[in-house]
Amino acid sequence: MAIGETIRNSQIWKSIFRHPMPLDRRNRIVVMLTNFFLHLHPVSIKKQGIALSFTWCMGGVTFFLFLVETVTGVLLMFYYRPTLEWAYNDILALRDVTSLGILRELHRWGAHAMVITTWLHMYRVFLTGSYKPPREFNWVIGVILLLLTLLLSFTGYLLPWDQLAIWAITVGSNMARATPFLGYEGPGQQLLTVGGIDMITDGSDARFGLLGARFVGEETLNRFYVLHCIAIPLAVALLLAIHFWRVRKDGGISGPL
Amino acid sequence: MHSNGQFLKDVAGFLGSYYTGLALMNAVAAYLLWRRSKQPALALAWTVFSAAMMILAGLALSGEERLVPKLPSAVTSLVNQLSGPVLYTLGTTALLTVLFVFRRFFVKPMVAWTILNGMLLLMGLSMADANFASIVMKPDNVPIVGLVFLLAFFTWVATKQAVVNDDRIAQGLPPMEKLDDEKVLVWPDLVYTELICMVAVSAFLLVWAIFLPAPLEEPASSVKTPNPSKAPWYFLGLQEMLVYFDPWYAGVVLPSLVIFGLMAMPYLDFNKKGNGYYSIAERKFSYLTFQFGFLELWITLIILGTFLRGPNWNFFGPFEYWSPYKVEVLNNVDLPQMFWVNLLDRPLPRAPQGSGTLAQIGYILLREAPGLLLLGAYLVILPPLLAVTVFRGFFAKMGFIRYMVMSNLMLLMLSLPLKMILRWTLNLKYLVSIPEFSLNF
Repeated sequence: MAIGETIRNSQIWKSIFRHPMPLDRRNRIVVMLTNFFLHLHPVSIKKQGIALSFTWCMGGVTFFLFLVETVTGVLLMFYYRPTLEWAYNDILALRDVTSLGILRELHRWGAHAMVITTWLHMYRVFLTGSYKPPREFNWVIGVILLLLTLLLSFTGYLLPWDQLAIWAITVGSNMARATPFLGYEGPGQQLLTVGGIDMITDGSDARFGLLGARFVGEETLNRFYVLHCIAIPLAVALLLAIHFWRVRKDGGISGPL
Repeated sequence: MHSNGQFLKDVAGFLGSYYTGLALMNAVAAYLLWRRSKQPALALAWTVFSAAMMILAGLALSGEERLVPKLPSAVTSLVNQLSGPVLYTLGTTALLTVLFVFRRFFVKPMVAWTILNGMLLLMGLSMADANFASIVMKPDNVPIVGLVFLLAFFTWVATKQAVVNDDRIAQGLPPMEKLDDEKVLVWPDLVYTELICMVAVSAFLLVWAIFLPAPLEEPASSVKTPNPSKAPWYFLGLQEMLVYFDPWYAGVVLPSLVIFGLMAMPYLDFNKKGNGYYSIAERKFSYLTFQFGFLELWITLIILGTFLRGPNWNFFGPFEYWSPYKVEVLNNVDLPQMFWVNLLDRPLPRAPQGSGTLAQIGYILLREAPGLLLLGAYLVILPPLLAVTVFRGFFAKMGFIRYMVMSNLMLLMLSLPLKMILRWTLNLKYLVSIPEFSLNF
């Protein structure tokens, strides 16, 4: 095709892709080395390392779902205000007024799916013994990512501000009240007193730190919103980068020696 | 609640397409068996099954009480009557044990396919029950139904390969994964696979989002407590543990230990075999420990907490109406009560009026001595005892620190099933109960 040829020979195209199309062996190698997004991968890989029956593709799917959550999450942030006055009404409007009314569904089901695929990915890593040396530390990073995935889901659960949301968060965060020493109903908190004054009260314990208040209220909504949209995603992004980098540095996908 | 007749009309479309999907699935399977595997007899059997599913689809679409295929009420009420936390836990344990012990049989594709169809058929028949459907079709519960089938599928995939590998290793051959040792270029072999996966996941997510609206209940109200109040589904295993332990242990210490234990795993597993391929025989201990923690304790408790725990966290059978008025007798007793009052026929030791703090603590320790001694024996004496008996080889290979971490994590994990058994058999509430320091165990 002449037009395709013209485009591929233009200065603009060549400034972006510094090599011809990856149609022959040489250029298929070059594309992996010169493309930012592809350079996460090695150039070549053992055949069993990409067999679906071996990998289940669950790590990749989890990462893809994280990207889906990021994109739909940003779009949802255009419509949503984390205040007692607006939160619930904005969710209602998202369902009834906004075009593309499945945005919240994509985000919610994507989040549930991400929890499940994270578990399945770890299940596969365990069953193939891939956490064994030299990949021990990457497994540890993976466990932290699991924890952060659950926290992302948990903080997001509150944002619709309906009955389902606040009571699930209330039940979940009530546990923090019983933290040993640091929760005001926890064992040993009686020991933390200074001059007869309790240090750990319902206004200063672990649960208060989590909720920003004595019960799930507007402070909690704001706190969870910031954690959900900024703090945890940033931490996840950083750990993901390390996780992927370590996969390569620890010898690529695992296989029998 | 609407009448049962109306309910069947509402789900007629869903059930009709469900059975049609089952029929199509088996028609494809039959075709493959006939054409690809050259097994006409099996193909015929699945064609008959597929046709039967088409008939069920037609019956379900009618939405008529007398036509819609469902489980006989004798069966559903028997299941409701029999089921309870004890039978559920023992049943799932027995099931997982049978699946593990006879894994060679269950990994056979035809056996697995039959079981899958059996599960799906049972699910369809159960869906015609209004009580069952109302819980399972709750939007946030749908992912857990998916999780059950996905876990079953992937466990099958992994076990199938592990069985083959274990046979090969027993014959001195390398595992299957070793055979595909040749290298291929990532472009196109891997990059295209990833692209196809992305498209497939996107399509799946879009369909899910279009057909199942996200739940939105009434606006939040801090005075109207729903009954039951449940945490998000992935924490329901922890919430279920609250039946047996206080929040400080079930909600804070145990989850922290789970995270810590997962992180410690690669440093505790000194077995160099089974790295990078599916195998069970080469790492039986770590395999069984992990599966016990994951499938038995984590997943089955989530399923129990989601589908079978209703108002007031009471247990409800799968086909039972979630009545908030169901009353369960609670007659659990603490160990000090059992020991001092019931066994020795004496009052609980109590510090005399006006005694000092130290004396009070002394009396508390005396009162709780039976539980404290038991716990001490469990956590302090048992590890060294195991080190010189059952775990002798482990202790030699692991060294003191790694062995102690491993054995204590194991014992703490087992504290949950042990507490369950004590509760069911002895109605034991707490081993140690020191309300003075909010410390109950």
